[in-house]
Amino acid sequence: MSAPQAGFLHIEDLYKSYGPKRVLDNVDLSVGEGELCTLVGPSGCGKSTLLRQILGEEFPDAGRVTIAGEDVGDPDPRRGIVFQRYSSYPHLSVLDNVVLGRRLQCSPLAWLTQRRQLRAEAMEYLQRVRLAEHADKYPHQLSGGMQQRVAIAQALILRPRVLLMDEPFGALDPDTREQMQLFLLELWERERMTVFFVTHDLEEAVYLGTRILVLSQYYRDQRGEGAAVNRGAKIIADYQLPRAASATDVKRDPAFAELVERIRREGFDPSARRHVAEFNLQHPHSFRSLTAEETG
Amino acid sequence: MRSIRKPRLFGLHAKPGRRLAWLLAAIPFLLLMLVYGTASHFRHQDNPADKLLPTAPQMLAAAERMAFAPDARSGKRLLWADTAASLQRLLIGLALAALVGLLLGLNIGLFPGMSAGGLPFVTFLSMVPPLAVLPILFITLGVDELSKIALIFIGVVPVITRDIAAQVAQMPREQITKALTLGATPLRLAYGIVLPQLWPRLIASLRLSLGAAWLFLIAAEAIAADAGLGYRVFLMRRYLAMDVILPYVLWITLLGFAMDLALRALLRWRFPWYAATRA
Repeated sequence: MSAPQAGFLHIEDLYKSYGPKRVLDNVDLSVGEGELCTLVGPSGCGKSTLLRQILGEEFPDAGRVTIAGEDVGDPDPRRGIVFQRYSSYPHLSVLDNVVLGRRLQCSPLAWLTQRRQLRAEAMEYLQRVRLAEHADKYPHQLSGGMQQRVAIAQALILRPRVLLMDEPFGALDPDTREQMQLFLLELWERERMTVFFVTHDLEEAVYLGTRILVLSQYYRDQRGEGAAVNRGAKIIADYQLPRAASATDVKRDPAFAELVERIRREGFDPSARRHVAEFNLQHPHSFRSLTAEETG
Repeated sequence: MRSIRKPRLFGLHAKPGRRLAWLLAAIPFLLLMLVYGTASHFRHQDNPADKLLPTAPQMLAAAERMAFAPDARSGKRLLWADTAASLQRLLIGLALAALVGLLLGLNIGLFPGMSAGGLPFVTFLSMVPPLAVLPILFITLGVDELSKIALIFIGVVPVITRDIAAQVAQMPREQITKALTLGATPLRLAYGIVLPQLWPRLIASLRLSLGAAWLFLIAAEAIAADAGLGYRVFLMRRYLAMDVILPYVLWITLLGFAMDLALRALLRWRFPWYAATRA
């Protein structure tokens, strides 16, 4: 397989503030097609804010977000989403939840004539997420992990260009969580979809990603220090990770632990702030355009 | 080891058994009947012609007369004619109010523009005492069926609208965003995804509105009607016919209670996910 081409999901000079508080500060990012990209950072750094700009739930104050060269706007089927909670519709059966995307593509009349065929297609997706025997249940009858699998199948059926995941396993217990990570990796290896995965769990991010992005407000630049500087978060580290073993044993590996520690120091420790010029942006797709103010 | 026993009756953690629960439920009813029976007995001892607190046999006889004996003038069995007239007004009024309240509430709750344009007005209207509008309804719509249905409608619509709008506004934003990523147009989102989730809330809202709807109905019938449960009760007041009024009041109560039970059963039967997802 050839290396993914850069610029499939492209973010350039992105700024976002909530009121006077700047959250995202000149963020640049380029993600190739088929990458499983994880985003970590200290709580409140703006991970979900960045995701919302890509999703189109909010619009940036400045800068662009494009997918395959087109500007993103309001949420649409180019982007699939899996949230942490409220991930499926409570009034629909599991099968009807998964078929919903297909159903919304056709007129009510077309649905009447095609529903058998579309339901069969949804059933295939349910098999892929190993929920076929639960097709007729309601989401509330399933465990948390199963509900998230419904949400993943629901998003995948429309084959979105990018699958966005916002802490999708954050509400699950540790065992289920690990199973779901394994499940996601298997699914990704089969489908090779582009995934943008937000999490606050560093180990999860390192374990899952082919690329890990660290978003953090802990850095230095030439704008100086103090409360007067309204500094938002930037991507301060960007690693390419080998995607080899998918067994969870790798989490016990010393090299794994070392990388996790290193990222923790870089991104999560306010006392170990680096200067913008020293960011660890190893990934070949990594790019950024700093302003004169920042570099001095 | 000493086992801890839950108290059966007293305290925060009491667990009354099934039979005890039935007994506890029956006690206030039995007490009421006992108090009434005693009072009625003593009044009749003093004055056998007492009309104020009729005895149970007197009320039974009156109820039987109203239910089964054709009326001398109209030839109708009055209880059933009254029930049919009242239920028709009540059900039409409630059904219209439910439909309009649902659609208004859905649009106000979902679309910020609709909310800005509609919610202050609906909130304002909901403060108009419906009974104060009744004379206006009689003047403009006449004293026939329409004004009575309109009163119920006007009284119930704002309540349902506000309740449904609040429910829609509380819907997780995730659900709406997700529908858009699944290709929903705003119209499909509103009527294909949000609306089907509102039916159970509408049923719950209707259950709470039943009492008010009956109140408006009885009030309208009391003032101008030629049939109906409220009309009969107020007509009988002129003759101090407590032996008819009391069974009628009991019958109205039972009808309301049965409607409430039916709506609750519908909720459990058709929308099993509703209770489960509210927990």
